[in-house]
Amino acid sequence: MSRVHDMGGRFGDGPVEVDAKDAPVFKEDWHGRALALTLASAGLGQWNIDTSRHMRERLSPQDYTAFSYYEKWLAGVAGLLVETGVLSAHDLQSPESDAEAHPLADRALTADRVATVLASGGPADRPSDVAPQFKPGDKVRTVAHAGNRFVDGGHTRLPSYAAGVEGEVVLYHGTHVFPDRSAHGLGEAPEPLYAVAFPATSLWVIAEDDGDEVVLDLWQSYLEPAT
Amino acid sequence: MAHDNPHSDDPHHAHAHLPPDPALRVKALETILTKRGLVDPAALDEIIDIYQNKIGPQNGARVVAKAWSDPEFKARLLADADQVLREMDIYGRQGEHMVVVENTPETHNMVVCTLCSCYPWPVLGIPPAWYKSDAYRARAVREPRKVLADFGVTLPEGTKVRVWDSTAEVRYLVLPMRPEGSDGLDEAALAALVNRDSMVGTALTSFPEGTV
Repeated sequence: MSRVHDMGGRFGDGPVEVDAKDAPVFKEDWHGRALALTLASAGLGQWNIDTSRHMRERLSPQDYTAFSYYEKWLAGVAGLLVETGVLSAHDLQSPESDAEAHPLADRALTADRVATVLASGGPADRPSDVAPQFKPGDKVRTVAHAGNRFVDGGHTRLPSYAAGVEGEVVLYHGTHVFPDRSAHGLGEAPEPLYAVAFPATSLWVIAEDDGDEVVLDLWQSYLEPAT
Repeated sequence: MAHDNPHSDDPHHAHAHLPPDPALRVKALETILTKRGLVDPAALDEIIDIYQNKIGPQNGARVVAKAWSDPEFKARLLADADQVLREMDIYGRQGEHMVVVENTPETHNMVVCTLCSCYPWPVLGIPPAWYKSDAYRARAVREPRKVLADFGVTLPEGTKVRVWDSTAEVRYLVLPMRPEGSDGLDEAALAALVNRDSMVGTALTSFPEGTV
């Protein structure tokens, strides 16, 4: 029931290819262009970061694996533009055709606003009436299956490798937008978010080192009290 | 391949309507969006310039050097990174909620995003290719020590590893250990010792630089 992006713990990927120390930020000119197009398009306000991540996750496993990083971004932004109705598939096929100004054109990010927009960010913390059920030091267990409870095959941020595992709360981050709802137009539904530490020995059949830990940021909905 | 035969109503195959070569695909999309007034090419140039030339690991290095030099600053940074970074005018997209984790002889911290590529942009800039690679995303949580070996790093006996998987909008910066022998250096000289990877946890810092 997982998707291809949920790859934590997977075997078979081989060594990490470390970039040269002086590697450019954008290896190809189009990489920077793809990133900038994605950020500028997001500025039209038709989707949020959770919708955007989910669009990339919905690429077929074949495409997700074959595409380079910025190809995934491009596929993501093209998909979002079509899914939200900003552009049609026909528009994408006819870049050379004449076109009229779009109804959203007055929202286009202009060069003079870029620095301010990037510097102002988009915080994910929100007031919430969901009370924190846990505090640092509490033992918790993640739900048995990683998956969206509202939409079949929907977005979630509980990786499969960390489902059904007992850990300990190490930080409380306040109340944050809940991606499982936010990615699907089901509201922001902010709720408590915690950093939870899991012993490597609980996560893996054979742990690399018994004393090691993995910490994940997890929403309260992913957690139950450990018994 | 799936994207050669798209279903026209399938948004996650929308990319298949664009040219197959990625550079041309970007260009086609930019042309369409520009014609409709949805994108300003000058704004794209500005975004690229900012992440290529202005926001990068030099910001994180400044924070680390200050933490190495000023114990009171370090204590505040570890307790409330958001507040302290804002005071240094370091804030923005993909760094709205920051936590700084300190490396010690007992614990080595390492940061990954197994689900995508979350990374603290305001302090480190755009992530390097290795951080976004399948190999790093898949392996960092299960075998961090073998991953460190790919970077040429071996931890001292008895150091435990804590891997932070960035699954929410909280972004993590590793505060590396101050290298031995760097006692007399001022903040600017210390900042020059701090490499990007040490702030992700896949490198150590050394003095003179490059001796570890």
